[in-house]
Amino acid sequence: MGLEPLIQNALLVFLFVLCVIAIELKDLLYSVIVLAGASITLAVVFLMLQAPDIAITQAAVGAGVATVLFVIAISRTRRQE
Amino acid sequence: MAGMTVIVRTIARLLFPFTFLFGVYIVLHGHLTPGGGFPGGVIIASSVVMLFLAYGIERAQKKVSLLHAEVLESVGGLAIVVLGLFGLLFGTFFLQNVFPLGELGQLFSAGNLPLLYLGVGIKVAAGILLIFYAMLFAFRGGEE
Repeated sequence: MGLEPLIQNALLVFLFVLCVIAIELKDLLYSVIVLAGASITLAVVFLMLQAPDIAITQAAVGAGVATVLFVIAISRTRRQE
Repeated sequence: MAGMTVIVRTIARLLFPFTFLFGVYIVLHGHLTPGGGFPGGVIIASSVVMLFLAYGIERAQKKVSLLHAEVLESVGGLAIVVLGLFGLLFGTFFLQNVFPLGELGQLFSAGNLPLLYLGVGIKVAAGILLIFYAMLFAFRGGEE
């Protein structure tokens, strides 16, 4: 068993932890930033599964556009949950 | 949106050309490397949205106004349809390739695929910009 499945499983556990943190945080701005980190982790997992096309799309949409969209929505409404 | 601090403005101004160029590269090499019309268009749009957030909506509107984005989105959609009709005119099917194929691995090859990716890239970039304009104008109360 090589090193690659270990790193992949560690990244998946890290992704799960980030998603739980994003749900549990009460400050929505911090939650959005943690969600962007989870999106980047998912992009790395896609890259290790040899799907670079999906990884580029996930990184651009998840960490770029969706984050800015959430930030604009928070700036128009309340920041605390 | 009123704009942000000096640090954010400087970083956004320095980073904008490289992000834009990377998006154009992803679109133009869509038939050779991973990527294509949709990811490239998203990267181009996010580079412009970064300027929006750093400098505020009033100054960004002088660069790309709402009308520009609408016209560009229509041009992208029209390019896809016209390219499909070319295939219907000369070949047999919608989007059938009628251009010379060229050599494998070259930038100008693969028939109508680069043109199709260019149309998709322009349409996606302008469409995502329009989403942000709609988000920013929707809560102002009938200011268009």
